[in-house]
Amino acid sequence: MSLNIVVCVKYVPDATGDRGFADDLTVDREDTDGLLSELDEYAVEQALQIAEDADDAEVTVLTVGPEDARGALSKALSMGADKGVHVEDDDLHGSDVMGTSLVLAKAVEQVGYDLVMCGMASTDGEMGVLPALLSERLGVAQVTLLSEVSVEDGTVKGRRDGDAASEQVEASLPAVVSVTDQSGEARYPSFKGIMAAKKKPVESWDLDDLDIEPKEVGLTGAWTAVESAAERPPRTAGTVVKDEGAGGKELAEFLTGLKFI
Amino acid sequence: MAEVLVYVDHVDGAVRKPTLELLTLARRVGEPVAVALGAGAADTVGALAEHGATRVLMADAPEFAEYLVVPKVDALQAAYEAVQPAAVLVPSSAEGKEIAARLAVRIKSGIITDAVDLEAGEEGLVATQSAFAASFTTKSRITQGTPVITVKPNSAAVEAAPAAGAVEALVVSFSDAASGTRVTARTPRESTGRPELTEAAIVVAGGRGVNGDFAAVEALADSLGAAVGASRAAVDAGWYPHSNQVGQTGKSVSPQLYIASGISGAIQHRAGMQTSKTIVAINKDAEAPIFDLVDYGVVGDLFEVVPQLTEEVNTRKG
Ligand SMILES: Cc1cc2nc3c(=O)[nH]c(=O)nc-3n(C[C@H](O)[C@H](O)[C@H](O)COP(=O)(O)OP(=O)(O)OC[C@H]3O[C@@H](n4cnc5c(N)ncnc54)[C@H](O)[C@@H]3O)c2cc1C
Ligand SMILES: Nc1ncnc2c1ncn2[C@@H]1O[C@H](COP(=O)(O)O)[C@@H](O)[C@H]1O
Repeated sequence: MSLNIVVCVKYVPDATGDRGFADDLTVDREDTDGLLSELDEYAVEQALQIAEDADDAEVTVLTVGPEDARGALSKALSMGADKGVHVEDDDLHGSDVMGTSLVLAKAVEQVGYDLVMCGMASTDGEMGVLPALLSERLGVAQVTLLSEVSVEDGTVKGRRDGDAASEQVEASLPAVVSVTDQSGEARYPSFKGIMAAKKKPVESWDLDDLDIEPKEVGLTGAWTAVESAAERPPRTAGTVVKDEGAGGKELAEFLTGLKFI
Repeated sequence: MAEVLVYVDHVDGAVRKPTLELLTLARRVGEPVAVALGAGAADTVGALAEHGATRVLMADAPEFAEYLVVPKVDALQAAYEAVQPAAVLVPSSAEGKEIAARLAVRIKSGIITDAVDLEAGEEGLVATQSAFAASFTTKSRITQGTPVITVKPNSAAVEAAPAAGAVEALVVSFSDAASGTRVTARTPRESTGRPELTEAAIVVAGGRGVNGDFAAVEALADSLGAAVGASRAAVDAGWYPHSNQVGQTGKSVSPQLYIASGISGAIQHRAGMQTSKTIVAINKDAEAPIFDLVDYGVVGDLFEVVPQLTEEVNTRKG
C-alpha cells in the first residue's frame, strides 16, 4: 500500500541568538539567523521511520514562510525526505496561526496525503495548536503530542503523555499527527544526504496556486493583533557567593529573610 | 452583565487550581459560566460556586473518555451557542490549548494562547503574554469573533467569591469527527504526594549536576513543601520522569521561589522558569548562565550545599 506523508516544517529564528520583534510587531526574521525548528526535526525523523517501514511511501516536506524558509526544506531533504513544497507570498507576512493553518491545510490537500506530521510546537510562537487546527480544517483525525508513533494497516497508533494520564490512542488514516521531543533523536544528515538533497525537487507555490485570497491571510487577515511588545527588564543582579563551608546555612538565612522558611 | 465561559479542568471532580484562577480573571470582565465535562463533573459544582461561577453547565457521556479532544470541543461549542458569551477562557494545558483552537476555528474567532494576564481594554480584552523564552512581554487583542483565550497557571490569585453555581444540563450532540481518535488505554499518573509542579509555590529542580541521584533534591523539596523539577538533561538521562521537566518542551512554572541545583541555565530551560519570583541557584561553575538570573546564587558543590540547606530548613522549622 502506498503511503503519502506530508511533514510540516517551520523555519524559525535561532533560539540561542538575539530574538526580537520587527517594527510592525511581527517576529523579526531578518536580523536573526534561522534554522529548521528543532522540534520539527522529530517529526521528520518519525516520518522517515514510518516511510522506511512501509512498502511504498513518499515523504514531502512543506513549509510556509519567506524566502529563507527554504533552508528548513533543505535540512529536511538532506535528512532523507523525498521532495519539498515551499509556500511563499509577500501577502503572507504577519499571518497568525489561523492564517497559517488555512494555508497549510490547502497546501496539504494539494500535495495529497494519508498522513500529515507536525512538531509539537514551533520554537518561536510556541503555541502548539497548529496540528489541532489542521485536523479541524481537513476534517481528519487528530492524533497529537505522541511520544511514540507507528503506522500499520492504515491505522496510526501512539502514546500520548498527558498531565493526568498516559494514553494509548489510535485512528484510521488519513490523520494529522504531532510528535514530541520524547519520540526519539532525529538523525543527522549524512554527507551523501546533503549532496542528494540538492537534486531533490522543490516546488514553489504562492497564494494564487492555492486559491487563497490575500485578504484571508497576512497582517490584514489576522484575527489577532499584537498591540505592544516590550523587552522584559533584565533581572537585577543578585548576590552570588562562593561556598566556603557554610553556603547551605547562609542560603537558609537568605530564604528565612524572605519568609520561605 | 456579559457572561464569560470558563472551561473546567478537573480530575474526577477535583477542580485544578488554574481553573479557579480563571474564575478570578473571568470576574474582571463578566459573570463566569463554568463548563464541566466528563466523569465527576457533578462533584466540581461546590468549588466552582465558591469561586464565582454563576452557572455550571454540565455534561457527561462515555465519549469524553473514549475519544481524544473532539468530544470536548463539541460540548464547549454547544455551551458557546447556548450562552453566547463575551469571551471563552480555557486553562493552558496541552489539551486545553487544542480544545480552544478547534473551537476558535469553528466559531470563526481569533485565539490567544498562554496568556499570563487579562484586562478589559477599550477595544475588548487585552491579553498579556511572554515571548521568546520570557525575554519579551507582549499585549495582544482578538480582532475577529468572540475572544478565545488560554491562560497559564499562576496568572491570577484564587479568590473566594460565592455565587449561585446553578447547575444546568448541557445537551451535546457529537459530531462525526468526535469518534475519530480512540483512546484504547489510559494509565493515570501516579501521585507523588508532592504539590503539582505548575501550581506549586516553591519548586526545587535538579539538572545534570545531580549525577543520577535526585535524593538530595527531593529531600530539600520535602523540607520546603515544594514540587520537584528537572532539566531536560536529567530527564533524557532517565533520572527523573518527563512529566517533571521544566522548560520549553516541559512545563513552564512561575512559582514564588525556584531553586536550581546542578542546572546550567540554557535558554530552553530558562523559557520555563524565568518568570519565577525569586530564583536561587547552586552550581559549582561560577560562569554558569543561570547565575545571570538569580536573586541568590551559591558557587559550590550541590552535594555539600543542598543537604546542609535541607538540614538547616528542618532545624529552623523545628
Ligand atoms: C528544542 C529544544 C528544547 C529543549 N527543551 C528543554 C526543556 O524543556 N528543558 C530543559 O531543561 N532543557 C531543554 N533543552 C535542553 C537545553 O538546551 C540544555 O541542554 C539543558 O537544559 C541542560 O541541562 P542541565 O543544565 O541540567 O545540564 P548542563 O548544561 O550539562 O549543566 C549541568 C550543570 O551542573 C553543574 N554541576 C555539575 N556537577 C555539579 C555539582 N556537583 N554541584 C553543583 N553543580 C554541578 C555544572 O557546572 C553545569 O553548569 C532543549 C533543547 C532544545 C534544542
Ligand atoms: N509556517 C509553517 N510552515 C510549516 N509548518 C508549520 C508552520 N508553522 C507551524 N507549523 C507546524 O505546526 C507545528 C506546531 O506549530 P505551532 O502551533 O505554531 O506551535 C510545528 O511544529 C510545525 O510542524
